[in-house]
Order: sequence, then structure tokens, then C-alpha cells
Amino acid sequence: MKAFTYERAVSPAAAAQAAAHLPGSKFIAGGTNLLDLMKLQIETPTHLIDVNGLALDRIEATPEGGLRIGALVRNTDLAADARVRRDYGLLSRALLSGASGQLRNKATTAGNLLQRARCPYFYDTDQLCNKRHPGSGCAALGGFSRQHAVVGVSDSCIASHPSDMAVAMRALDAIVETVLPDGSTRSIPIAELHRLPGDTPHIETTLGAGELIVAVTLPKPIGGKHIYRKVRDRASYAFALVSVAVIVQADGSGRVAVGGVAPKPWRVEAAEARLPEGAKAVTDELLAGAAPTRENAYKLTLVERTLRAVLAEAGSQP
Amino acid sequence: MTISESQVGPISEGGMFGKPVPRIDGRLKVTGAACYPSDTPMEDTAHAYLVTSAIARGKIKAFHLEDAKAVDGVLDILTWENMKGKVRSVRFFAGGGYASSTIMPMSSSKIWHAGQIIAVVIAESFEAAREAAYKVGVDYAVNKPKAGFDESRPQPRPMTNPLTRSDPATGDAEKAFAAAPVKIEAYYSTPTQHHNAIELFSTTCVWSGDQLTIYEPSQYVHGLKNGVARQLGIKPDKVRIISPFVGGGFGGKAALTARTAFIALAAQRLNRPVKLVATRKQAYTVSNFRAETQHLIKLGAESNGQLTSLSHEGWEVSSRPDEYKVAGTETTAVLYACPNIATRVNVIHADRSTPGFMRSPAEVPYIFAIESAMDELAVALHMDPVELRRINDTQINPITDAPYSSRALMTCYDTAAKAFGWASRNPVPGSMTDGDWLIGWGCATSCYPTNVAPAEAKVTLAPNGSVRVQSAGHDIGTGAYTALAITAAEFLGVPLERVSVELGDSTLPPAPVAGGSNATASICNAVADACKELRHRLVTAAVASNGPMHGLDRDMITFSDGQLRAPDGQSETLMAASARLGFGPIEAHAKYMPEIASKTIKLVGNAMLGKGLPIMASGTSAGDHIQYAFGAEFVEVRVHRRTREIRAPRIVGAFAAGRIISPTTARSQLMGGLIWGISAALHEATEMDHRFARYVNDDLAEYMVPVNADIQDVEVIFVPEDDTKVNALGIKGLGELGNVGTNAAVANAVYHATGQRIRDLPIRLENLL
Ligand SMILES: Cc1cc2nc3c(=O)[nH]c(=O)nc-3n(C[C@H](O)[C@H](O)[C@H](O)COP(=O)(O)OP(=O)(O)OC[C@H]3O[C@@H](n4cnc5c(N)ncnc54)[C@H](O)[C@@H]3O)c2cc1C
Ligand code: SF4
Repeated sequence: MKAFTYERAVSPAAAAQAAAHLPGSKFIAGGTNLLDLMKLQIETPTHLIDVNGLALDRIEATPEGGLRIGALVRNTDLAADARVRRDYGLLSRALLSGASGQLRNKATTAGNLLQRARCPYFYDTDQLCNKRHPGSGCAALGGFSRQHAVVGVSDSCIASHPSDMAVAMRALDAIVETVLPDGSTRSIPIAELHRLPGDTPHIETTLGAGELIVAVTLPKPIGGKHIYRKVRDRASYAFALVSVAVIVQADGSGRVAVGGVAPKPWRVEAAEARLPEGAKAVTDELLAGAAPTRENAYKLTLVERTLRAVLAEAGSQP
Repeated sequence: MTISESQVGPISEGGMFGKPVPRIDGRLKVTGAACYPSDTPMEDTAHAYLVTSAIARGKIKAFHLEDAKAVDGVLDILTWENMKGKVRSVRFFAGGGYASSTIMPMSSSKIWHAGQIIAVVIAESFEAAREAAYKVGVDYAVNKPKAGFDESRPQPRPMTNPLTRSDPATGDAEKAFAAAPVKIEAYYSTPTQHHNAIELFSTTCVWSGDQLTIYEPSQYVHGLKNGVARQLGIKPDKVRIISPFVGGGFGGKAALTARTAFIALAAQRLNRPVKLVATRKQAYTVSNFRAETQHLIKLGAESNGQLTSLSHEGWEVSSRPDEYKVAGTETTAVLYACPNIATRVNVIHADRSTPGFMRSPAEVPYIFAIESAMDELAVALHMDPVELRRINDTQINPITDAPYSSRALMTCYDTAAKAFGWASRNPVPGSMTDGDWLIGWGCATSCYPTNVAPAEAKVTLAPNGSVRVQSAGHDIGTGAYTALAITAAEFLGVPLERVSVELGDSTLPPAPVAGGSNATASICNAVADACKELRHRLVTAAVASNGPMHGLDRDMITFSDGQLRAPDGQSETLMAASARLGFGPIEAHAKYMPEIASKTIKLVGNAMLGKGLPIMASGTSAGDHIQYAFGAEFVEVRVHRRTREIRAPRIVGAFAAGRIISPTTARSQLMGGLIWGISAALHEATEMDHRFARYVNDDLAEYMVPVNADIQDVEVIFVPEDDTKVNALGIKGLGELGNVGTNAAVANAVYHATGQRIRDLPIRLENLL
């Protein structure tokens, strides 16, 4: 770990401003991702801005009938919130399928969205990785890629986005609210928060320098049956090989987002339109243009099969 | 009552053997009071951090140390340039020496494997050492490495009969196979695995003048002491190893690794204590591991199930310089009655660190192969797999005709089958379901040779009646403290609370490596011998002319509740009898020599033990017989109809392992073994990037082991067994028995659930999609 300086921010705008002024600075929330990466010298911030004291830890009803979730709300609290459990069951289930109880007690809403890739080559500083050293190469290509993404990938990076929560939020059409260094604010639809790698996999989001997430807003509940199905190598405490989030309405229409298969929570609205045709049709559309490796090609089948299981569970299809 | 050694359970009335008592060191462990080696408080400690090789094969062209040296608090950096010639080579453990590998990092610029130690940074703080370690610049000359097996299956080589000594064989397996009406021929494989003990590899060295004290978790403190002394060119009596608690060893802490000498030298250079705690990632390359294996099995049988031909060819991976192999054909060749047997083991050398012991090193991969094949044969014969084992059960070694000292395999099968409910199994694959889950039931044989080693122990009776047991044995979580305390309490008739046990210190009487499941059998016998000597002296005092039992038949005197007791109701406390023998404590130092030891071992065993060399009488050839513990394991798996997720919610194992000294800790050992077996079958594999011969999932987030949610019902049943041929106390080691059959039992259950035969571990859902 490299030596760093540390401050506690006094307001969101001050935090954003400080971050923009000091190159090499980072926000720290729960620290469950950032500190691990710092110990391994994958992240080497020179300055940490602690945003835990900014009173961003509330969940409030919005005038539009939705929920505004503070950026610092812990995953545990969000999953347990009665309104979330009642109206956004998908989110609660996705959260509870992630990490462990201890980690969820620390992990925050913003931190979870911005957690970094779990690619083993990203974690091994003796290997080439375009995320760590832009332009150096991607060791995962041609290497051990069983857990990597199959769609939305590029020749520069095939890492998948590891978050479960983000998959549910994508299905729920969440809006990410930020404060910029100049004090202004911005609303980013979650679909536009994460970027595909292209040839700049080190640029993972559309956030600007110093831009601080202050909340995530969920639109008015849309009802329907909410199912989050996470398929992984063991029964708990593992990242998804594939996860499928669905909201199915009584008429058979619905939304589908998937995790573990792409550099961002993956949802294709055109695929959802094919729900009445069944899991295969949806998967074909959802994963169109997929470029799997030999080791992760199974994910294509697994998505379809998991979706089929989920639709059966929802009672909308046999 | 005389001591009867022919029954299971307590030897004396009201004795301690076989009584379920809590682990005597349990409270220390759960309260955090147990002092593991790296926990030892120490003044003025400097901290070491390892720098390891980024490449697997080649040379270091140059170091750039300026940036590292400039980090505040850095004290010293060791590289081959200043360490060359400082560490003497010692022989390979598996070749009868001390070292877990003959690769000597930092003796030259050569790189043998990825993750090899290439520099050690020492600083005032761990953080400074780590930061500086990341700043060590290295220029490499890189050669393309060989990572291990190629993608294709290895080609079988003709097996020549009759046998060579190392490849057990009998009859003509090839001819019999060709003629067999029912045949199975298939390849199987097991992956690279690492121990991943929770306690990391640590070493703390402190010099006081020319005396070196090393705090290091060890499964063999005498081996470590003597090995390091040789490496450093100092007298063994100048080195002391302190390792009272070991947070998991599993074979990874059995033999001397390269790190210890470097930390000792660093401490010498700085003239202050130096402490290293290698990281989790480094744990994958600074000690040994279980190498990947491949197997070709051919079974031929009559249509009634009788085996007519069994051949087992194994391939294992080792490092470039070391010929390490586990060669489990020694066991698979004697498992079942069969007139024609051929075996062969091949070693493939690659640019890897040297593999080594990992819980049941030989049995785990080789039994997986043979027990999977037996299940395939049962399917081909339309026969119940338990019946196939019964038809081919044997009480003798089919190659030499030497009898098993005891073998209760079929009793284990019948006991476990009953507890499991096997009778209600529908043998048709995929026929048993529960909602979306396909249910599969599978079983397999477990076995482990009963190894016994020379061992020494000292037992002291203090004037206050308390008993102290001392031996340089090890409790690596196995329950040795408890088993030894029970043994002393049993023989001296004192309450367990009056017994204290000291282990894990090289100043104590030498004891063997905690490996090969020999420790309980070996050290309990040594403790028993020492206790018997104390009994003899106490009885002598009691029946002496000034004693209360004067004139009584000494054989009639028993020990219980801290008293010597005569049949007529007379009694005397141990303290009173001891006082008559003189002031102060009385002690006995026993040197146990296994009953099955060969002439050579009897001759040199004690001396070798004193020198910390590996010395053990193997259960695979115990003079006129062979001796093994057996078990039968039954597993239920559930495979999701669509996603193919695999779960193993239920496992039952029945085990016959001679006299069970400490049922609570023995059960824990077997339960842990069964859980590890499920883990190995479904979860564990160290993944390799073949381009770089480098591990990719070397941390506990990505190296999968089961979590609580994966493990539900685990049932362990002890099958009583009385076998004093194995050793005087009738103990068969069981630390490595539990995880032997599980891999195959799980794979066989997966077949039953799905109709898919997976022959390569671990079994993952994508294999079943
Ligand atoms: C062993 C392990 C297992 C895990 N398993 C799972 C799993 O199964 N599923 C899953 O989804 N996740 C899993 N996680 C990841 C976990 O969910 C994340 O570590 C956590 O959500 C990160 O939140 P945090 O608050 O601790 O973030 P931090 O570590 O504090 O920050 C993460 C990143 O977000 C930035 N950041 C934080 N707050 C803000 C803000 N307000 N505005 C802008 N930037 C900000 C930080 O600068 C940093 O770059 C696992 C983690 C571990 C360690
Ligand atoms: S996949 Fe992405 S994160 Fe992984 S090595 Fe390649 S560039 Fe780095």
C-alpha cells in the first residue's frame, strides 16, 4: 500500500471540489473494494476523501412515488428496508445474494455500483492489463476466462461487471444522481453510468473528474413478479457466473437484466419484447453479437437455461 | 484388573479411552488465547516481505533497488546477489532429507517457477516492507515455460510384467483385459490444489548470541530444526523451533521451505528479530501443493462382477529438479481381489514449484480414479455398486497374499448404507427428483494405510498429583493435545483436568512429522509406554514393605480417580506412593518403536528421529501383513434440472479405524475430511495460465471452498474394530481417511442424478449443461 493523505469531506460539493483539485484522489465509502485494491497496489490513490459523514445514508420517498436512496446507504439497510422489500423485491434479493453479511454491512450503494472488475489478471500486478496500465495488453484474452464477460466486450478487455445490485437497478430503471465539482447536479440513467470497454477499458463510467454520486432514485414501483436468480459455483459468497433479474407482469410482458455476462449490467429492451416467445428468443436477442471465449461459452447456454427456470418460477412459462 | 489390550474403548474400568471429551485446547482457541507462532509478542521486531518471480522460467538479469531502498523505514533487501552461497543445500524430504524442494531460491539468478522468492525486503513496519517490495524493479530474461500436462491425454506406455518393485503388479493384466466379458477403460484427472490453511506461512527468527529461536508453524519441529541448522551450517542444538499451535497444515507445513533460512539470515544481519508473514497469494508458491494428476484405468470383469483385470496408470506433474510423486497405485493395486494387476506411475517435469504432501496425497487422486471406474463397472454390469465391492472384497493383498491386519470395509458399507437409506435408491440415472432438482446417490470406498513411527514422550507425575506429558509432536488442529491427555489419564487413572500436554517445541523429546496420519498411533503409544513405566514404579512403591499394599499381587493393583487400588478396597493416592519413591516429581521417558518396524527402522529409527529425518513404518508393507483403515462414503447430490447447479446436501461416512482414543476430535477429523472431499469434488482447483505457467485464482475469493450454505448433513459413524497387530494400542490413524473416497462418491452421485459421467475434477455446472 502506498502512503496517502486523508480527509473527511464536509459537504458533497466540497468533496467533489476537493477531488477535482487533487489529481490522484479518490472517494472512500465502505472501503470494501477500494482498500483491497490499495493493499495490492492496483489502486494507488495519493489522497482519500471520506464521504461517510455526508448524511447521504437515508432512504426517502420521492414526490413521484419512487424512492431516493442515499449514496451511503449500506447494502444491508437497503435490502432490509420495508419499502424496498414491498415494492422493489428484485433489488432486495439481488443485494442479499451478494458478498457476505459482514461486507454488506459496510458496502454502500454508490460503492457497489462503482466496484471494479474481479478479473484475476486485473488483480495480478505481474500480468498485463489494460485497466491497470492502459495500452499494455489484456492477459485475460487467451488466458483463463471462465468467469469473464461474453457480450459487450472488446479486444482490449473482457472483464464482467461484478455487481448484483446494479443488475436489479438496471431492471428497475434507476437514476444516478451526482454532484459536480462546480456544485451543479446531474441525473444519469443507470443504463448510461457504465461504459463498455472499447479501447479504453480503464474508463469505466461516464462520471467526470471529482463527480460524486449522492443518491440513486428508483421510479414509481411497477408491480409484477420480481425474481433475482444468481447462479454461482457455491451456494453463497461467490460472484455470479450468470445472474438473471426479471420483473414479469400478469400479461407475460416484463423486463430482463442479466449479470456476469457483460462489462455492465446487461439489459436489451428489444429482447424483452420477445418474452412471449420464450427464453430462447429473449436470450438470442439479449446476447446477440456475443463474443465468448472457449472457456466462457457455456454462459450463453446458462443464461437461457436460467431465464427459463426463472420464467417457470414466475409462472409465466412452463 | 490387568490391562487388556484387546478391546475397543476404555482399557481400564472407568478409563478415558473412547470417551467424548471436549478438545482440551478448545477454550484457548476460541478465546484467542492460543499463541500461534506469528502471534508471539516480541520487542523491536523488523518485518519482512517477499518479492516473488513474475516469470516461470528464465533468469534475473538485473535488480533495480534504488526506489525500494528509498522507502522510509527500509532496513535491508536480500537478493541472490548478497545471499549466494549463504544457504547450504539439504536433501529433498521425499528422498529422506529435510527440504520440501531442492530448488534453492536466491542461490543464483535462475528462475525455476512463477512465484519463486527472488528478494526479501526488511523494514521497520510491515507496510513499509510491502510498499518497498512493490518498488523492487526486476529485469528478466524470459524463456517459454512448460506449465504441466498438455491438452491431450497422456499416451499409455506398455506395462511390463512381472513387476518392478515400485509398480505393483501380478499376473497378466493385458491378456485378462482382452479376454474379459465386461470392460471399463477410461481416463480420469484431478486438478492442482492448494492447502489454503487459514494460518499463513509465517517465520519469526530471533538470535541470542549464537542461539537461534524460530517461531514457525510446523508439522515437524525436529525436521525444521535440523534442516535449518544444516542450511546455516550451525549445530542443531543451537536452533530451537517453537510451534505450539498450527492453524492448519494439511501437509503444507511438513517440510522445510526456503523462507526460513532467509529470515534467520536477515535477523542475523540486522541483529534484531525479523518476522515474515507471507501473503495468501504467496502461499501458493512458497510451500508445496497437490499437483494435478491423470489416470488411465482399465477394469475387466466376469459377468458375475468378479474382477479379472485391473490396470492403473498414473501421470503426475513435478518440478524440474525433483522427482516427487505420490504413486497411489500402491493402494489401488491392493484394494480388491483380482488375479491380474498392472500399474505404472509417470512423472512429467514442468516449470513449477515442487509439489508435496496434501491431505491423503496418494489416495485422493488415485482412489478417485479407481472408485469412479468401479462405479462405471457396476453400471455396465447392472449391479449395485455396494455388491460389486462385496464380490471383490479381499482380506489379503492380492499381489503378495499378505493378510490385512483387519479390514472391515464391507461392515462400513453396510453400516453407512443403512444410515443413508441406500436400499430405497432407484438405480436408473435421473429417476429420483425433487421438484426442479435431480437427485443422485453415489458411494465409494475410503482407505488409508496405518503408518506408525518411532516416537518419544516424557510423562511426569508431580508431587501434587498432576501429570505432564511432553513430546515434540504437533497438534495441527487434529486433536493431538486431547488424545495424548486422554492416553495419560487412561493409564494413570487420573482425571483429565490433572493432565497437561506440551507439544510443538523442538526442545521436547523428538516425535515424528504430523503426516501420514501416524501421530496418534505413534505418540499415544509412546505416552502409554511412559505411563506404564510410572505405573510400574508406583506399584512397586505401593507393594513395598513400607507400602500399604505390601504383599499384594502387583498385577491386581489398578489405577483410578488418582488412586492406586487393591481388590480388597485398600487404596493409596498417586501422590503418597510417589512420595515414597523420593522427593519431587517422578518422570519416565519412553522411546516407542513401532511393532511393525522393519529391522532397519528398529536399528536406526531413533537416531533418525533425533536428527529430524523422515522415518515411518508404512502400513502398505508391515512385515508379514498390510494395515489400513477403511471407510465407506455415501453422498447425495442435487443437480438443478435447468441451470445444472450442483449441491451436496447429505453425506454419510462409516469408518473402521481401530481404537478411537478421542471420539470428539476423531469425529471432527472425519467430518472435516468429508467436507473437504465435497470441496475437492465440486469446488477446488488452482487454475493455471498455461502460457505463463502461473496460477490465476490464488486467493480465497477465487479459489473456491465450500461455505456453510454448501454443507448440510454430515454424518460420521465409527465401526468398532479391534486390531492390536497395527500397534499395541490398536490405533489406526484417521486424519487422512475422511477425504479419500468422497471425490468418487460425489462423481458417482452426479452420474446417478444426470446420467453424465464426469471424469475430470472439479465437477462444475458447465460440465453438465
Ligand atoms: C470477498 C468479497 C465478495 C464480494 N461478493 C460480491 C457479490 O457477490 N456481489 C456483489 O455485487 N458484490 C460483491 N462484492 C463487492 C462489494 O459489493 C463491494 O465491495 C461494495 O459494494 C463496495 O462498496 P463500498 O462502499 O465498500 O465501496 P468502496 O470500496 O468504498 O468504493 C468503491 C469505489 O467507489 C468509489 N466511490 C465510493 N463512493 C462513491 C461516491 N459516493 N461517489 C463516487 N464514487 C464513489 C470509490 O472511490 C471506489 O472507487 C464482494 C466484495 C468482497 C470483498
Ligand atoms: S479483461 Fe480487462 S481487467 Fe482483465 S486483464 Fe483484460 S483488460 Fe485487464
